[in-house]
Amino acid sequence: MVPLPPVVAAGRGRRVNMDLSRPNLQLSVEGARTGPQRNWGEAGSEEDFKVKNETKRREPPSPSSTMIHSLFLINASGDIFLEKHWKSVVSRSVCDYFFEAQERASEPENVPPVIPTPHHYLISVLRHRIYFVAVIQSEVPPLFVIEFLHRVVDTFQDYFGVCTEAAIKDNVVVVYELLEEMLDNGFPLATESNILKELIKPPTILRTMVNTITGSTNVGEQLPTGQLSVVPWRRTGVKYTNNEAYFDVVEEIDAIIDKSGSTITAEIQGVVDACVKLTGMPDLTLSFMNPRLLDDVSFHPCVRFKRWEAERILSFIPPDGNFRLLSYHVSSQNLVAIPVYVKHNITFREGSSQGRFDMTLGPKQTMGKAVEAVLVSSQLPRGVLNVNLNPSQGTYTFDPVTKLLSWDVGKINPQKLPNLKGSMSLQAGASKPDENPTFNIQFKIQQMAISGLKVNRLDMYGEKYKPFKGIKYMTKAGKFQVRT
Amino acid sequence: MGVVCFDVKKLVYVYLVRYAEEQQDLALLSISTFQRGLKDPNQLIRASALRVLSSIRVTIIVPIMMLAIKEAASDMSPYVRKTAAHAIPKLYSLDPEQKDQLIEVIEKLLADKTTLVAGSVVMAFEEVCPERIDLIHKNYRKLCNLLIDVEEWGQVVIINMLTRYARTQFLNPNINESLLEEGNTEGKTFYPSDEEEDEDEDEKEKEEKKAEAMAKRKPYVMDPDHRLLLRNTKPLLQSRNAAVVMAVAQLYFHLAPKAEVGVIAKALVRLLRSHSEVQFVVLQNVATMTIKRRGMFEPYLKSFYIRSTDPTQIKILKLEVLTNLANESNISTILREFQTYIKSMDKDFVAATIQAIGRCATNIGEVRDTCLNGLVQLLSNRDELVVAESVVVIKKLLQMQPEKHSDIIKHMAKLIDNIQVPMARASILWLIGEYCEHVPKIAPDVLRKMAKSFTNEEDIVKLQILNLAAKLYLTNSKQTKLLTQYVLNLAKYDQNYDIRDRARFIRQLIVPTEKSGALSKYAKKLFLALKPAPVLESPFKDRDHFQLGSLSHLLNAKAGGYQELPEWPESAPDPSVRNVEVPEWSKCSAREKRKEKKVDKPFYSDSDGESGPTESADSESNSGSGSDSGSASDVSASASESEESEEGSESDEEEDKDEPKHNKKKLQDMKKPTHNTESEQSSEEEKKPQRKPKTRKMSESESESEESDSESSESESDESDSEPEIRKKKKVDPKASKPVKKEAKKESKKEMSLLDLDDFEPAPSPQVTPVNFMSSSLVTDLEGLSLSDDVLAPATISPSSSMKSFELLHRITGEGLSVEYCFSRQPFSPDANMVSVQLHFTNNSSSDVSALHVEDAKLQSGMRVKEFPEIEALAAGDTTTAVMGIDFCDSTQAANFQLCTNSKKFLVSIQPPVGELMRPVFMTENEFKKEQGQLMGMNEITEKLTLDSHCRNEHAIVQRVTTAANLSRVPCGADHECRFAARTVTGNSLVLVTVAIKQEAAQVTVNCDKMLIGTMLVKEILQALAQ
Repeated sequence: MVPLPPVVAAGRGRRVNMDLSRPNLQLSVEGARTGPQRNWGEAGSEEDFKVKNETKRREPPSPSSTMIHSLFLINASGDIFLEKHWKSVVSRSVCDYFFEAQERASEPENVPPVIPTPHHYLISVLRHRIYFVAVIQSEVPPLFVIEFLHRVVDTFQDYFGVCTEAAIKDNVVVVYELLEEMLDNGFPLATESNILKELIKPPTILRTMVNTITGSTNVGEQLPTGQLSVVPWRRTGVKYTNNEAYFDVVEEIDAIIDKSGSTITAEIQGVVDACVKLTGMPDLTLSFMNPRLLDDVSFHPCVRFKRWEAERILSFIPPDGNFRLLSYHVSSQNLVAIPVYVKHNITFREGSSQGRFDMTLGPKQTMGKAVEAVLVSSQLPRGVLNVNLNPSQGTYTFDPVTKLLSWDVGKINPQKLPNLKGSMSLQAGASKPDENPTFNIQFKIQQMAISGLKVNRLDMYGEKYKPFKGIKYMTKAGKFQVRT
Repeated sequence: MGVVCFDVKKLVYVYLVRYAEEQQDLALLSISTFQRGLKDPNQLIRASALRVLSSIRVTIIVPIMMLAIKEAASDMSPYVRKTAAHAIPKLYSLDPEQKDQLIEVIEKLLADKTTLVAGSVVMAFEEVCPERIDLIHKNYRKLCNLLIDVEEWGQVVIINMLTRYARTQFLNPNINESLLEEGNTEGKTFYPSDEEEDEDEDEKEKEEKKAEAMAKRKPYVMDPDHRLLLRNTKPLLQSRNAAVVMAVAQLYFHLAPKAEVGVIAKALVRLLRSHSEVQFVVLQNVATMTIKRRGMFEPYLKSFYIRSTDPTQIKILKLEVLTNLANESNISTILREFQTYIKSMDKDFVAATIQAIGRCATNIGEVRDTCLNGLVQLLSNRDELVVAESVVVIKKLLQMQPEKHSDIIKHMAKLIDNIQVPMARASILWLIGEYCEHVPKIAPDVLRKMAKSFTNEEDIVKLQILNLAAKLYLTNSKQTKLLTQYVLNLAKYDQNYDIRDRARFIRQLIVPTEKSGALSKYAKKLFLALKPAPVLESPFKDRDHFQLGSLSHLLNAKAGGYQELPEWPESAPDPSVRNVEVPEWSKCSAREKRKEKKVDKPFYSDSDGESGPTESADSESNSGSGSDSGSASDVSASASESEESEEGSESDEEEDKDEPKHNKKKLQDMKKPTHNTESEQSSEEEKKPQRKPKTRKMSESESESEESDSESSESESDESDSEPEIRKKKKVDPKASKPVKKEAKKESKKEMSLLDLDDFEPAPSPQVTPVNFMSSSLVTDLEGLSLSDDVLAPATISPSSSMKSFELLHRITGEGLSVEYCFSRQPFSPDANMVSVQLHFTNNSSSDVSALHVEDAKLQSGMRVKEFPEIEALAAGDTTTAVMGIDFCDSTQAANFQLCTNSKKFLVSIQPPVGELMRPVFMTENEFKKEQGQLMGMNEITEKLTLDSHCRNEHAIVQRVTTAANLSRVPCGADHECRFAARTVTGNSLVLVTVAIKQEAAQVTVNCDKMLIGTMLVKEILQALAQ
C-alpha cells in the first residue's frame, strides 16, 4: 500500500480537492508572479537551475518522445494556477520563456503559439483569458497539440458551463480526472465528450448536493463501455421520455466592405448545430433542398462520408446531446447578399481640434426580416480625446483610454434609420490623424439563412417511436467589417 | 488496493504515477495489485491496470512491464491491445535496451485489423523504430483502408508515417514537371531583370534540350498503391479536426501529382476560420506552399485579405501569402488592398506592408514605378516608422535602376534633416554615396551637414558617413577633401572601435601618402564597384525541405526527433513487398489490383507491336492464379514489363500521332507547367480506347476473362476520372472509339455467360476450381463497381466544366466594352427561382468605364431580374465578372434590359437555351420510375435518332446531355439507358429525360408537364447528340 496523505484516504468531495492539490496540483497562490513585478534577474538564476535540472533528468538517451509532456494553465495576471504532467515532471520554470514572449508581445493574442526553448517547445493557446501551455520535447505536428488543447477547453466548457479560472479551481478534481483520461502518456486517449461523460459525470448543482449528503462521487459507478462500441461517439443505453431532435442552421457573414460601400470580399460560413435527445440507437438522415450550395463542408465523425458524396444526404448515428454536425462554407463565387449598409462621414479638419462623426445604418436585402441586436464598434484613432455623439436610438460608449467606440443599436427600424452623429475632440495642436477607423458590425437575423440553404427533411430509422423534430435558422454577422 | 470506491482509486492512481519515480520503494508495494488486475475478466480493468502499471517509472519493474505488454498484445479485447500499444513507448523511454523485444510486439500489433489499435500502434512505431520502414510493407494497404475509421488523433500519426513511407517506396509523380521546374527556376535566377530579349535563343536551345531529356525519360505510371493512399486520404480533408486536415494537406503536397494538389487549398482556406493559433500554423504552411505552387491558392486570394481585428502575427503572415500570390494579373487589386493597410493603426503591420510592396515591386517589373512612386509619397507620412521603412525599401528598389531616379535620391537627401530613425538615415547616406555622381551638387552638402552632427549619430549612421565621405573623396576630391579629413579625424577618436577601425582603413586606402600600399590604386574600384541589386525574397523560400505541418517546418529548425522526409527514389523499389499472403476476405481486392495491371500491359505492348510475350504471361497468370505466391510474383513481373513496354509505346505514339501538335503543346508546357499535366492526361486518354481493339485480337478462350477485366479496370479508372478527363473523352478521335461501343456490348453478353463457358472447359487440375469461384465473385464485384460508378456520376460531371458563353455586347457596338454571358448553373442564392447568369465584362477601350449597371429592364409579364451590384470602375484592358439573376418564368423569351455606363446605354438581351431553365434534382431510380408513371400521355415526348459513331458509349451521351441541359443523372440499373432529372427553376415542375440506346439508334424521351419545355428540350438534346 502506498502511504497516502490521510486526508485523501478519508475525505471526499470538496476537502479532497484542496488537500490533494498540495502535493500534486500546486495551486500556486503563494508563488504568484504578477507580470510587471517580475524580477528578471531572478529568472535568470532560475533558468540556470532549470538547465542543470534538465541535464540531470535527461537520463534516457533517446529523445524521449511523448507527444505532450506537461500542461500549464496561466491566468491573465501571469500566475501558473494548475499544472499536470503526463510523464516525468517538468519544472515550472520552463514557463519563464513563455512569460518572456508574453512580455515582448504587445497584445495578449500576439504571443506566438509555438515558442522554442533550449530543451522543450512550448505550444500555447489563449482561450477565455487563460493560456493553456503545453510542453513538448520533440517533433510533433503543432496543429495536433493546438487542436488538442482547444478540445480540452471545449470539454471544460462542456462540463462546467464556463471555462474560467474560478470554475477550474472549483472543480479541480474533475479537471484532473478529465486530463488523466484525455491523455495517456501524452497521446490523446478519449476526447469525445460522450465517452468522457460516461467515465466522469459532469458536476451539477443537484449532484454536488447529493454527493455531499450521501458521500457518493462523480465517477461513474459502472465501467464505461463507450470506448469499445462501434460508434464511439455515442454512449449506450440512452433513455428519454421526450424524444426530441433540434437543429440550428446558423450562418455567419464574413465581409469586408470598402469606403464606398462596395463589397471587397464576402463569404458565408455556416454550421448546423444539433441537440439530439433520442432514446436508443437512432439512425438519422437529414437532406437539404439545395445541397449544391455547400461549397466546402466538414463533418462530425459520425456522418457517413460516402453517402454524402453519392447522394448529398447527411446520414449519421448522432452523439447524445449537443454537437456540431456540420460546418460549411458558401464561397465568394456565389453572390452573397449583404443585409446591412452603412453610410458614414468622418472628417478631421487640419488645424482645428474638432472632428465630425456621422453614421447611419440601414437594412438591405433582408427579405423582409428584421435586423436585430446590432452593435457597431470601432477603434478610433489615437489622437481622439473624446467624443460627443448623439444616437437616434440605442446607447453608445467611448473609452478614452483604449479609444474604443461602441454603439449598441438594437433593432433596425427601416422607417427610421438609426443614426449616430456628433463631434470628436482631438488633441490640441496635434496634426490630424491619418489612420481611418474601421467599423466592426454585429447583427442577427432570425428565421433566415442568408445563403438560402433549407433543410428538406429529417428521417429516423432504427427506433420505433416518433421524435419531435425542430429546425431553426439564423443569420449573424461574422467578421463583418466596414472600412472608411 | 483495498479501497472499493472507484473515485478514490482513480485519484490514488494519479498520485501513484506522479510520485512513483521519487519514492520507488513505496511504489513497488503496489505492483502486485496491478498484476492481479491484469488477469481480471473485465477488459476495462485489465486495460487500466496495464495503463497504470506501465506509467510507473521505476526501472526495476521493466521485466514485469515487458511481460504484461506481451501478454496484453495478444489479448482478445482490442481495447486492451490498444492499451498495450500505448504502453510500448512508455517502456521504451524507461529502458531503451528493450527495443528489440518491443519491435517484435509492434510487428505483431501492426498486423492487427481493428481500427482501435491502428492509430496507437503506429504511434508506438514512430517513437520506437521509425527507421524500420520494412515493417509497414505488409500492413500498408490495410492501414490505407482502415484510415477513415481510425480515431482522429491516430489518423494524424498514420498519415504522417505513410507520407514518409510513400516517399521511400514510390516514384515521384511530378518527375517530368520537376525537370521543367528546374529549367524555369534556372531561367529566373539567371536573368534577374527584364533584359532577356537577346538571350532568347539561348533559352530556346535549352528548351529543346529539355524536350529531349523529357522524351528520354520514362513515362510515369503511378503505382496503384500510391493511388490508393491518395484516394483514401482525400475524404479526410473534410475532417473537423484541423490537425487531420493539415496532415492530409501535407501528404498531398509531398506526394500527389501536381494537378491533384489543388484540392487541399479549399480545405486549408476553411481552417482560416478557426482559432487564431490554428490560423497561425496554417498560414505558415500556406506561405510555404504558395512559393512552390502559387496557382493553387490564387482563386482564394480574397480569403487572405486582412481585417483590422486580426492579431498582428496573423496579419503579417497573411501579408506574406498575399505577396507570394501577387502576379501580373492581380497585382493591381493587391496593391489597392495594400494601400488601405498602410493607413492601419498597427504600425508594425504598416512596416511589414511597406516591405511587401517592395517585394511586389521587385518581383513584378510592370508595377515597379508605381510602387516606387507610392513609397515616395509615404516619405511625407507623419509617422516616422513608416517613413523609415519606406526609405529602406526605396533604397533597395533604387539599386535596381538608379539612373532613372535621381530626383528621388534628391528628395531623400532632403529628408535627412527630419528622419531620426538610424536605419533610415544610414540607408539615405548609403544611397547618396553610391550614386553621388547622379547628385553631384547635393552630395557634398549632405556630407557637410553630417560632419556637423557626426558625434551625435548612431553607430550605423557614423559608418555610413565614413562611407559617404570616402566615396565623395574619390569622385569629387576638390570639394570634399577637407570635409573628409575632418570626418576621418572625428572617427579616429570615436568610442566605438569598429568606427575607429573603419576610419583607419579608409584613410589608408584613399589618402595618398608616400608609403601608401598597392591597394590605394584600386580604391575607386573597391568603393565604387557595381553592386548587385539585393534580392527581396520570402523568408519561407526554402522551408519546404521540412515536412509541412511539422514543428520543424514552423520553427525553420530541426526539432529533436524530426524524421527527415526522404527524397524520391530514382527507381521504384519492388512493389510486391506490399502483397499480403491473403486471407480469404482480401483476396478479391488483391486480385483486382493485379488484373488492373494486367490490362494495362497488353494495351501498351500492343501499340508497340509486341504482344507475344505478354500473352504468354497472361495465360500463365490465368492458370496459376490459384496459388497466392504465384500471383505475387506475377504482379511484379507484369508491372516491370508494363513499365518497359510503356516506355517504347508512349514515345512512339507521341511521335507518330500528333507530332506538330505535340511540339506545340510542349512549348506551351514550358511556359505553364500546370498545363502540362492536363495535356499528359489527355494523351493518356487518347490512348485508352486503343486498349479495346487489342483485346479483341486475343484468342477466344482468353478473351472472356480478359474482357471482363478490362471492364473492371475501366470502371475503376472512371471512378477516379476527374472532370478534365471526361471532357477530353469527347475529343477522342472517332477511329479509336468506334470499336469501343461494339466491344462494350460484346462484353456484357460475355459477362453473363462467363461462368458457363468456364464450366465447359476441361479443368486441368483441381486448383482451377477456385478460379471459377473467384471469377463469379468478380462478376458481382463488377456489378457493384459499375453501380457505384453510376451513383458517383452526378458528382463527377460538373456542369460548370461545360459552360458555354454567349455574346451579350459586341466590342464594336459596345464601343470597346464587350460583355459575354454564360449560365453558371450555380443556384442563385438571393432568389431560388432565378437562373444565375454570369456576365463577363472586358474593357477593350483605352479609357476606363465606370458605373456599370443594369437599368430599365423591359420584361415579359412575370419575368424578374435581379441586377448585379454596380461595377464601380473597369480600367482599360481590365476584365471582371458579375452575377445576375433572371427569373425567366420557364420560358425561352429573352430578357431585355439596358446596360448602362456612366455615359452610355446599350440595349441588350439574354435569351436562355431551354436547358438552362432547370436545376438538377437528385432522385433514386424508384422515385424516377414513379414520377415517370405520372407523366405519361400528353406529357411524354419521344423522338428517335441515329447515333453518330463517336457518341455511342454512355459517357459521351451523358456528357452531351448534361452539357445541353442542366440535368442531373439518375442512377439506373438497366444497361443502355441513361436517365436524368431536373426541375424547372420557376415552376418547379419535374423534367425527366431518358435516353435509351439500341445499337446505332437511340430514343430520347422527355416527361414534363410543361409540354413546351418538353418539346424544346427534346430538340435540344437531339441536336446535342447528333452533333
